[in-house]
Amino acid sequence: MSDHDDEDVIIETMTLPLDGWHRAHGGRMVEFAGYWMPVQFEGIMAEHLWTRESAGLFDVSHMGQITFRGEGLVPALEAMMPADIAGLALNRARYSLLLDEGGGILDDLMLTRLPADEDGERIYMVVNGATKYDDIAHMLDHLPDDITLNLMEDHALLALQGPKAVDALVRLVPGVDALVFMQAAPFTWQGHNLWISRSGYTGEDGFEISIPAEGVEAFADALLEQPEVKPIGLGARDSLRLEAGLPLYGHDLSPEITPVMAELGFALFKRRREEGGFPGAERILAERENGPITKRVGLLVEGRQPVREGATVLDEDGSTVGSVTSGGFAPSVGAPIAMAYVPLAMATPGTRIQLSQRGKVHAATVTSMPFVPHRYVRGAK
Amino acid sequence: MSRYFTEDHEWIDVDGDVGTVGISDYAQGQLGDIVFVDVPEAGKSLAKGDEAAVVESVKAASDVYSPVSGSVIEGNAALADEPGLVNTDPEGEGWFFKLTLSDASQLDGLMDETAYQAFVAKL
Repeated sequence: MSDHDDEDVIIETMTLPLDGWHRAHGGRMVEFAGYWMPVQFEGIMAEHLWTRESAGLFDVSHMGQITFRGEGLVPALEAMMPADIAGLALNRARYSLLLDEGGGILDDLMLTRLPADEDGERIYMVVNGATKYDDIAHMLDHLPDDITLNLMEDHALLALQGPKAVDALVRLVPGVDALVFMQAAPFTWQGHNLWISRSGYTGEDGFEISIPAEGVEAFADALLEQPEVKPIGLGARDSLRLEAGLPLYGHDLSPEITPVMAELGFALFKRRREEGGFPGAERILAERENGPITKRVGLLVEGRQPVREGATVLDEDGSTVGSVTSGGFAPSVGAPIAMAYVPLAMATPGTRIQLSQRGKVHAATVTSMPFVPHRYVRGAK
Repeated sequence: MSRYFTEDHEWIDVDGDVGTVGISDYAQGQLGDIVFVDVPEAGKSLAKGDEAAVVESVKAASDVYSPVSGSVIEGNAALADEPGLVNTDPEGEGWFFKLTLSDASQLDGLMDETAYQAFVAKL
């Protein structure tokens, strides 16, 4: 096993509010994004399938929950990302991308418009755990001084995902069933203030619940008492999001990748495309017009052997022309699947390509994503 | 028939000069759900410690090393269609390959069942 001999600085792995709870429930703990987190409980396959058919409880407290407030907040945030925040209705959530000057992706995130107060506009944002401190440094550099930012380190974040998540949660928190996909609202449970949005990263219906750290263990216990709910680890979270075609930052997304390359064009809102004014707009809009050099595709891999991150994409001459950024065995598909960046000419669904991993060549077919249909509960328009 | 274990969690049953190799129950538990196994073909010559097979769980790929030197007689064809046998019966139906031992004295460096259980208990 490798250790940390080659690192100059030893950073102590941190614990999250549910650390003891995970261990008590048989979670196998690993280091992830600087925290001890459960990779699995009863087993990745069983947890994955349980989430698809019932409801899985995920601890995602490592992610950065940030609130912003101040006059001029909306245009200040819009200057850093391509979302239409001005057009975002109260308590509605949106997926967006923090971009660098060249249009490369610094992080992907969710933001929600909160009611304004006497200090001005308010936004709640959730960013990736491994990038949260870099994100904050970047945003502090770019936000006007009179806008304040608060990293909610005293709050935990849970995700309850799956077709029966609503049945379980509504018993504890009446009214959550009225939310639709990407809508959020405040609730209370046993005196604890909850902020709940109908969203998640598994492709299933479900909720993300922000709760003060002191209440999270009792709330997790109450959720686990519901017959639909089992605890789920990071392993199944990864296989679920992969099947749902959702990119993972640090793997499928990075500063080398633009939103167009990542096939996240939906995050480039119409008003923003017309007005520009977000980082890398010129490059990104040109790529959108003319096509990127390389783009993210889904792959169905032949045979049973998983092809994982780091495998290369070969052209007809055997030259490396792309790379696999995520891959593994897909429990609900029953076969290995992957995401890769390939040249535009190879990106059409149905294109057969070759992958190389540890000296072995695997055949694969480009396919449209998601691999497993999304089952979000959307409101009537 | 005697069973020996390695520190890399392979086991080998020896009957005459024929050995049957697999991974231990502890190893399958650590790997989790096995989704693919690549076993060596008959005739392949292996030295002790060579990468002999690949086992992949949902999470990761791992190498399986040959506990002794020898020539492969047979890979377990059943694992191609049913890799989960390694989870359900790791020290039985989930065997990986059989080989003819070229140097039986190499077994002396391996652990017996009792020593292996003591080894695992300290991990």
